[in-house]
Amino acid sequence: MSSQPENTLRVNDLQVSVADGLVAVQDVSFAIRRGESVGLVGESGSGKTLTCRAVLGLLPATGRVDAGRIVLGDGADEVELTGARRSTWDRVRAARVGAVFQDPASYLNPSLTVGHQLAEQLRIKTGLSRRAAHERSVELFAEVGLHDPAGVFHQYPHQLSGGMLQRVLIAIAVSCEPELLIADEATTALDVVIQAEILALLRRLRETHGLSLLLVTHDLAVVAESCDRILVMYGGQVVESGPTEEVLRNPQHPYTRALMGVATIGSWHRRRLDVIPGQPPAAGEDMPGCRFAPRCAQASASCTAGPVPVADLGAGRTSRCVLTTATTATTATTATTGQKVPA
Amino acid sequence: MTTAHELPVPLLSVRGLSVSYAAPRKGTHLGTGAALAEADLDVRPGEIVGIVGETGSGKTTLARATVGLVAPAAGTIAFAGSDVGGLRGRARRAFRRSGQVQLVFQDPLRSLDPDLTIGEIVREPLDIAGTLSRAERQERVVESLRLVGLDPDAVLARHPRQLSGGQRQRASLARAISTRPRLLFCDEPVSALDVSNRNLVLNLLDQLRRDLDLAVVIIAHDLSSLAGIADRVAVFYRGRIVEQGPIRDVLEDPAHPYTALLTASAPSIGDEDRLRPDQLKPAPDAPAWPADLGCGFAHRCPFVHDACADQPRPAPLPHAPARQAACHVATTWRERLAPPHPHKESA
Ligand SMILES: Nc1ncnc2c1ncn2[C@@H]1O[C@H](COP(=O)(O)OP(=O)(O)OP(=O)(O)O)[C@@H](O)[C@H]1O
Ligand SMILES: Nc1ncnc2c1ncn2[C@@H]1O[C@H](COP(=O)(O)OP(=O)(O)OP(=O)(O)O)[C@@H](O)[C@H]1O
Ligand SMILES: [Mg+2]
Ligand SMILES: [Mg+2]
Repeated sequence: MSSQPENTLRVNDLQVSVADGLVAVQDVSFAIRRGESVGLVGESGSGKTLTCRAVLGLLPATGRVDAGRIVLGDGADEVELTGARRSTWDRVRAARVGAVFQDPASYLNPSLTVGHQLAEQLRIKTGLSRRAAHERSVELFAEVGLHDPAGVFHQYPHQLSGGMLQRVLIAIAVSCEPELLIADEATTALDVVIQAEILALLRRLRETHGLSLLLVTHDLAVVAESCDRILVMYGGQVVESGPTEEVLRNPQHPYTRALMGVATIGSWHRRRLDVIPGQPPAAGEDMPGCRFAPRCAQASASCTAGPVPVADLGAGRTSRCVLTTATTATTATTATTGQKVPA
Repeated sequence: MTTAHELPVPLLSVRGLSVSYAAPRKGTHLGTGAALAEADLDVRPGEIVGIVGETGSGKTTLARATVGLVAPAAGTIAFAGSDVGGLRGRARRAFRRSGQVQLVFQDPLRSLDPDLTIGEIVREPLDIAGTLSRAERQERVVESLRLVGLDPDAVLARHPRQLSGGQRQRASLARAISTRPRLLFCDEPVSALDVSNRNLVLNLLDQLRRDLDLAVVIIAHDLSSLAGIADRVAVFYRGRIVEQGPIRDVLEDPAHPYTALLTASAPSIGDEDRLRPDQLKPAPDAPAWPADLGCGFAHRCPFVHDACADQPRPAPLPHAPARQAACHVATTWRERLAPPHPHKESA
């Protein structure tokens, strides 16, 4: 292929519903390149986990992908995941896509030791012998910073603390050297020393193995430190995206701005605990136009007149806002300072 | 030098608390050491105490022991002046039913009954306490959900699995505050929340301690959320409280090298002149220290020396008696700090 960096994942116009007609994720599009790290942030309940689960084919029983495409890999390795069969998922999960989820305990079998669960996966997916799988498992437990990895091997999930479980899941997720790792709040139960070590481990895997990363987190400082690009979700949609530094320094969408306005970003000098006034829409709530409009200080009639398209702001940035649409052609700064509603 | 006339009597007073879990099967060496060793902690009415520390260091274990879910191996837990750590059987159940101490569990998906609706889950402790009428209970449920920023109409009839992670976390907090407890233990109450909702929950806890004189303990890994709200903080490492004191002092001028490593490792955007983690880790060529000899941090500490073979006891800092640290060099390690590495010269 050409020197173009290849895409590890492409998601186009994804729509996910959680029950009949209850659309929780709509019109979500993004791509992740080889070795790239993308941060997914946004309000609680905005659809981040459902987006990840759709990519992994692990939606809740009542959930389904209504529309859109999810494609893993590029060229010869390309696999269409939308509507994929069981056999395809068996080849893809763990081997090509690893995942760490919120609530780690619910993804482990409570009646098997954690070491057994990791070694089993290594045996099945990579064909290691029983002994080699055991050795590799202990090594992986050490790599994710577990003290006494050989002892942890023999422990059951309920005997481990929240952070230890999360590290076990990370070890399992990277064990088969996947091309894509989906990490949904994978470091939130970890102390910051170990979090820094895990983030360094992921960075290493990106450099050495070209691992691509989709990192869901609420910690903007983590995104700033370890993500190339950021996606901001609100009410089931991606409302802003772009290179992390640019977006955090000069957010374009009013929700991103509001979020930055209340964020502490790793500083403990700041004492104020501000909130964004108002409530997010309920999942599936039918709203014409912008879903943030009811909470937006700059909202006008045009915001709710009809669907708001994603505006391409150039330089890899997008924003879903009538204000940014109106100023697409002009420079970014006018949009930030343009507090007035266009006449 | 504590000014006794200013400070209210502690609501919770933990002394010398040690907890061990049964040794796991298959002759591993885990389970032999205590999950929590000789912990001392006071929490006063209206006070918010933060707990930070290493994963697996005994934070949840302290919370579980306080609400009576695990029996202490040694030490006392006094609540409102009476020992609850020694309660057994019926007395222990009665204490738990009273709802005076509530624990918000770290992992809502594991702790919330998947077969109940959110409405039932939040109402359950009220049903058990049995002090309110049916209508009052329902009203309290709705009010509690609103307080944590959830829309009662949207979530009442749903099951835990049908909520997002942050919604679940807030539902379990709503459950805990529904009985109006006197002491609230929150194990990672905001870890799954975006900043706005995190602040909403922290403000709620702040308001509850002001209005109801609620005592609150918040276990968290995010130092910046604690900094905004806690009065004091206790730092856990390997089953021990290695440092405690007023939160700002501890975070800005840590006395224990582990606390210093913790604050230095917190993610930040382009931070000023704080210490860097590599200044607080032993040099690669430093002689190895046995991991189980004396101070639990010694083998990771750049300031390790012979005295560290003795487990240091928590002691007040000479210059700040309201603070405690368990380190032989608590007041002197800064002088021995290696200069910052040269690649970041900026003078
Ligand atoms: N099984 C389900 N049934 C009904 N609604 C659901 C279900 N799963 C999720 N939802 C709803 O869909 C919306 C999106 O959920 P999702 O878990 O993707 O949010 P999230 O962005 O990951 O939030 P958080 O940051 O709190 O984890 C939420 O409003 C949630 O209540
Ligand atoms: N039920 C149990 N049986 C055996 N060991 C246990 C059990 N629960 C906890 N432990 C052990 O006790 C130690 C302390 O665990 P605890 O859950 O208190 O840690 P924590 O400080 O809350 O950690 P985290 O921040 O990761 O939640 C850990 O080494 C853990 O493996
Ligand atoms: Mg989620
Ligand atoms: Mg814990």
